Amino acid sequence: MKAAPFEFVRARSLAEACERLRQHGADAKLIAGGQSLVPMMAMRLTRPAHLIDINEIATLKFIAVEWDAVRIGACTPQRVVERNEALAAQLPLLRQALAWVGHAQTRNRGTVGGSLAHADPAAELPLAAQVLGATLTLRSTRGSRAVAAADFFRGPLTTALEPHECLEAISWPLWKEKHTGSAFTEVSRRHGDFAIVAACAQVAIDDSGKCTRAGFGLAGGGSIPLAFPALAARLVGTRLEDNTIKGAALEAAGAFDPGGDLHASPAYRRHLAEVLVARALRAAHAHARSTR
Amino acid sequence: MSETLYPITVEVNGTQRTAQVPARLTLVDWLRDELRLTGTHVGCEHGICGACSVMLDGEPVRACLVYAVQSDGHRVITVEGLVRLDGTLSALQDAFCETHALQCGYCTPGMLVAAQALLNMTPRPSEEQIRDAIGGNLCRCTGYQQIVDAVKLAAQRLAAKS
Repeated sequence: MKAAPFEFVRARSLAEACERLRQHGADAKLIAGGQSLVPMMAMRLTRPAHLIDINEIATLKFIAVEWDAVRIGACTPQRVVERNEALAAQLPLLRQALAWVGHAQTRNRGTVGGSLAHADPAAELPLAAQVLGATLTLRSTRGSRAVAAADFFRGPLTTALEPHECLEAISWPLWKEKHTGSAFTEVSRRHGDFAIVAACAQVAIDDSGKCTRAGFGLAGGGSIPLAFPALAARLVGTRLEDNTIKGAALEAAGAFDPGGDLHASPAYRRHLAEVLVARALRAAHAHARSTR
Repeated sequence: MSETLYPITVEVNGTQRTAQVPARLTLVDWLRDELRLTGTHVGCEHGICGACSVMLDGEPVRACLVYAVQSDGHRVITVEGLVRLDGTLSALQDAFCETHALQCGYCTPGMLVAAQALLNMTPRPSEEQIRDAIGGNLCRCTGYQQIVDAVKLAAQRLAAKS
């Protein structure tokens, strides 16, 4: 046994989980897949007095493809999401992002909400949420509130979640443009590791090939995943020529302020940022064109 | 102060097992230390190496990242549960022997669980799918090629039989 002692409870409902959180506050921690929390507890980087298991709450596990959004229950395993064909047809970016997340064994346990709530700055799903402008529903005994991804991520492993709140569901907007394409790419030391730098993009083009909508972002080395809505807006109206893409990538890398660690220096990360944004935009554009 | 113990009932390799466990006992420690199912190995104990892989409700997971108390009411299959009903080695295990897919054997139980999970879901995997399926398992001996060969060989034999 490596973790410090704690009391365990398996919550049977979201209401029960919220009630337990109200009782124990910051002494309690929710456990979903536990793929980051259990290692942190093993290393005693965190030692909650109470662990509230939300894995058995059926109402937190669902994928609902709606007209203009996909809603995913916070405790839905990543593996279930990547295997869902209806979802992949509507929102391929999630499957594209999950291809870079850990391994089969970790994605079987790891959940969508867990990845977002953990908010590792180099994680893939938070970047996808930021770029797509996902909305997160947070629940507590006092009620629920909706928080945009742009307001949710506050810093490394830090989010808008209060100690008494539980992430309930995530709503991912669907682009209704006919020719929409997306891509996710990254560089890491080994496949499945957290990214040194990751980039993703989603673009829509009209029948003539003109860009009508775009979004892209970067993660890794910074404190939170970043989207670049102003730079993306400038791609609209272009034909996403290679020079246009290179220009956007250069500007994004310039606005990216990564730290260094033993894996990569800030300069190397900025270099990767420029290369990977360009790759993601090119691949998303090619994907959009392939739908014509 | 004594630690709280939690009652659990888990189906392990087809048999219902009950126990009283402290919350912080990991599934792999329970399997090894209390059930004496020492086929499952403990490697890094923080979810990197894959040596402790077992199937939980049919899907491979890292048993060092699941607390035993969380497996209450679920089904676990360890490497000991991969053998044929008569106790002889499975097609995959045989193939591992034949292609020299192990040297020291430390990663082998995790590799077998990961590869068996792949074959259960994807009977005719591509090489890329095989490499992806064992991508979460570290092997410091083989260079992985013989392990990939073993999974291919097992898949061929299972396909020929069916």
